[in-house]
Amino acid sequence: MNMSTTNNIAQARKLVEQLRIEAGFERIKVSKAAADLMSYCEQHARSDPLLVGVPTSENPFKDKKPCIIL
Amino acid sequence: MRSPPIPEMATQEVQLNETLAHLKTESDTLKTKLEEERAKLHDVELHQVAEKVEALGQFVMKTRRTLKGHGNKVLCMDWCKDKRRIVSSSQDGKVIVWDAFTTNKEHAVTMPCTWVMACAYAPSGCAVACGGLDNKCSVYPLSLDKNENLAAKKKSVAMHTNYLSACCFTNSDMQILTSSGDGTCALWDVESGQLLQSFHGHAADVLCLDLAPSETANTFVSGGCDKKANVWDMRSGQCIQSFETHESDINSVRYYPSGDAFASGSDDATCRLYDLRADREVAIYSKESIIFGVSSVDFSLSGRLLFGGYNDYTINVWDVLKGTRVSILFGHENRVSTLRVSPDGTAFCTGSWDHTLRIWA
Repeated sequence: MNMSTTNNIAQARKLVEQLRIEAGFERIKVSKAAADLMSYCEQHARSDPLLVGVPTSENPFKDKKPCIIL
Repeated sequence: MRSPPIPEMATQEVQLNETLAHLKTESDTLKTKLEEERAKLHDVELHQVAEKVEALGQFVMKTRRTLKGHGNKVLCMDWCKDKRRIVSSSQDGKVIVWDAFTTNKEHAVTMPCTWVMACAYAPSGCAVACGGLDNKCSVYPLSLDKNENLAAKKKSVAMHTNYLSACCFTNSDMQILTSSGDGTCALWDVESGQLLQSFHGHAADVLCLDLAPSETANTFVSGGCDKKANVWDMRSGQCIQSFETHESDINSVRYYPSGDAFASGSDDATCRLYDLRADREVAIYSKESIIFGVSSVDFSLSGRLLFGGYNDYTINVWDVLKGTRVSILFGHENRVSTLRVSPDGTAFCTGSWDHTLRIWA
């Protein structure tokens, strides 16, 4: 019975240590985080082929004919 | 008749139980504190902030290529950095390298086990890694000689005590990160097979992982059957953040392209977005009509779209900022098991239990 209690204590100590680390984390507000996510999307939107679409001629997958290397 | 316990042992037992009780109280207090701290900063929802963003138009995405050749369920796939080659692995034990432009098979390896659940392309494009029920991750250098037997040059790198669920090279061919049914993740040196770091903290099978995008960031995220997504410091082995809001197994995790957030897909039929700096879940992507689990998720290049492969054979495309679904794609005839966007974002590939892979654009 002592062995399992000792093991439980070791586990409980690890959990407390882990929680202390997580509790000490420096967080920012969701409003700031959200603004940054949006800003990233906006900055990169134009170069996102699946978002804005690229002409068939420029997308190798949209061209039905396989490439032939001459 | 049992003799009564010796008085010293009884006192010791009481002391140990008291210590245990103190630790439990302390961990409960810390958990409450964590929730309070997170809640204080929860001043708004992402979709509210995103109301001013222009809505997305209609999307037309179709299957542009179908890769046929596997004899059983496709379980995993990965893109080569050259944006055209793909490696895929299957329940039938085969690992195939394809040219996705032409649909030609360039290499094929037969693994000594079935259920090859993980595969990855090396950054150089010169090797692939794979593993599954063999509990290992092996690296196969790809030969230019099509006739050469790839299995001959196989290198066993990782050894777990249960199945390999995912693997991924770090920014070079020299190191591999693995996750396993044994509840751990591990970092390995490819050349020597040496274990460089192990990551303990999940309470059950780890099903997925993803490396942070920046070359300087030394972190990765993992998801498991304990419903937790953990963020790890690769150098120390420490779990630095943990998120537990899913209601079932987390099958897939993928970083947002900026590295400040990650998405997850779960058997609870939802995808979720967690912001790392706010240290909380900031969006849930779900619908009442979607009741089947998500097997795999990935972002488009700008992070605006989130693609999810589902067990009901469909792909749902989500507006990451507004939280709404923008498209649903049909085509596979069984579960979608794996999904990755190509390195230049021009297409995404899905693998399915219907034995095929599809390229969508």
